[in-house]
Amino acid sequence: MPSDLANQMTELGSYLEAKRPDCVLAWDVTQDELNVDVAPSSLTGFVEFLKTDATCKFSTLVDITGVDYPGRSKRFDVVYHMLSMYQNHRIRLRVSIREDQMVPSIVDIHPSANWFEREVFDMFGILFSGHPDLRRILTDYGFRGYPLRKDFPTTGYTEVRYDEVEKRVVYEPVSLVQEYRQFDFMSPWEGAEYILPGDEKEKEAKS
Amino acid sequence: MMDGSKFDDALTGEQKIRNFNINFGPQHPAAHGVLRLVLELDGEVVERCDPHIGLLHRGTEKLMESRTYLQNLPYFDRLDYVAPMNQEHAWCLAIEKLTGVEVPRRASLIRVLYSEIGRVLNHLLNVTTQALDVGALTPPLWGFEEREKLMVFYERACGARLHAAYFRPGGVHQDLPDALLDDIEQWAHEFPEFLDDVGGLLTENRIFKQRNVDIGVVTEEDILEYGFSGVMVRGSGLAWDLRRAQPYECYDEFDFQIPVGKNGDCYDRYLCRMEEMRQSVSIIKQAIAKLRDCPGDVLARGKITPPSRTDMKQSMEALIHHFKLYTEGFHVPEGEVYCAVEAPKGEFGVYLVADGSNKPYRAKLRAPGFLHLQAMDYISKGHQLADVAAIIGTMDVVFGEIDR
Repeated sequence: MPSDLANQMTELGSYLEAKRPDCVLAWDVTQDELNVDVAPSSLTGFVEFLKTDATCKFSTLVDITGVDYPGRSKRFDVVYHMLSMYQNHRIRLRVSIREDQMVPSIVDIHPSANWFEREVFDMFGILFSGHPDLRRILTDYGFRGYPLRKDFPTTGYTEVRYDEVEKRVVYEPVSLVQEYRQFDFMSPWEGAEYILPGDEKEKEAKS
Repeated sequence: MMDGSKFDDALTGEQKIRNFNINFGPQHPAAHGVLRLVLELDGEVVERCDPHIGLLHRGTEKLMESRTYLQNLPYFDRLDYVAPMNQEHAWCLAIEKLTGVEVPRRASLIRVLYSEIGRVLNHLLNVTTQALDVGALTPPLWGFEEREKLMVFYERACGARLHAAYFRPGGVHQDLPDALLDDIEQWAHEFPEFLDDVGGLLTENRIFKQRNVDIGVVTEEDILEYGFSGVMVRGSGLAWDLRRAQPYECYDEFDFQIPVGKNGDCYDRYLCRMEEMRQSVSIIKQAIAKLRDCPGDVLARGKITPPSRTDMKQSMEALIHHFKLYTEGFHVPEGEVYCAVEAPKGEFGVYLVADGSNKPYRAKLRAPGFLHLQAMDYISKGHQLADVAAIIGTMDVVFGEIDR
């Protein structure tokens, strides 16, 4: 039995699909939340439509973030959350892009996107075309690499300490005094991805 | 030499007057943490303001990807460390939404009770230190005394004054003793008097008004453009409150008013915060009354919560469950979800992408202060340097949540 909210979201989803069939690649309602997949090229037009259309009125940009799926050919998802304080509903836009692709910036439509896009650039290395000031925001001055990509190690590459001799803070490659502790508590009976010690002999025994 | 003949150049207009750049922070006491503002000043008027953030960046989102859902919970206390439990709340709601766990009513009431205590904690700190920023020394001294009492309530519920880790997916960690409820109620009766005292110091204070009225005015359009939430919205007359607009937990059964300002300046936001504290006290009283009529369990016993201690002593299965829960952790079904709570500072949201394992695939923390600080350049433009401190204060920025 879908809830009232789910019905309302489904209604909105069909409305969007009918109004802007060129922009909506796919949409679904899961967990009472409306997800819409949008192509990067039609993003700005669609966001503009969402902001101005009287039924949608998604006037507030809540969040922009990225998700990294290294296994996919379109590696990144850029996820936009929007809220309408007038209609009291939310929407999530997903834009899938390849690693070398750019996303159009929506700063002109939502000035609040400025820092969010800087953060996504900082964390994932995704470039936003048309952004007025695409600098790093959260990481250190002169930081290299994109921390939230899955292939970036949690420990990072450099560490800092105060050097008594040079009388300043120095950057050095990370050296761990003990092994990085990453325990894997997954039950070996349910979906462990590694090979249990001894299991590799199974093949040899059969052949 | 003293005949004035050397000063001709001052009159010719040939001299180039250069704008003055200053660094505000990162160790400035009025920066409310490690904020570095690069200010471009024309005389004493701010022309441009470039906030440099990230000095407290600890990589919380990256760390969360390699820890189990339960291990991630304490990170939320370290975001907005002024009102820790409100952040935990968003995380628990996100997990509960994906796993479809129903929270027992008593736990739900306790969450409301402690969320409101968190709101008072936050507003007490904000109102009084903002007053300090504009020159009043007494309010923070008084305010911290009240905060101390509230932190003792935190301590008596969970053992920690700040980093509580009290809200758990599926409920709250432990039940509250009756004596604690009595003491909170006692405090709730005494607290409005304290608010009157602080209000008496500030509300009609001439200096306080001179420093706050018509400073940092935010219009409805600005709110939408810059994505404001919380008091930054309500101070400008929009009655937007997630507790009312999109009720979560059991806020829909509580009776409370949403105070709104009229002019959207620092002074109206101060008034809003003062009134919100009174409303919170009213919710606290209601929650205590409801809690007294509602005994029962505080955790939805099941896969994502530990078994009771007595079960563990008797049942092997319970013991295994306990061991697996605290080593492997529970699994959250695949999916993505966004959950937001009305934290004292505004909308605090968690965007959680789960891949069906015991660790979040991606968790994004949406902090209200991030957006408020972003508008710093826009709001402070044309104000005087001294107003910058007042505006930072009224925006209620805490760097734990902004830098993450």
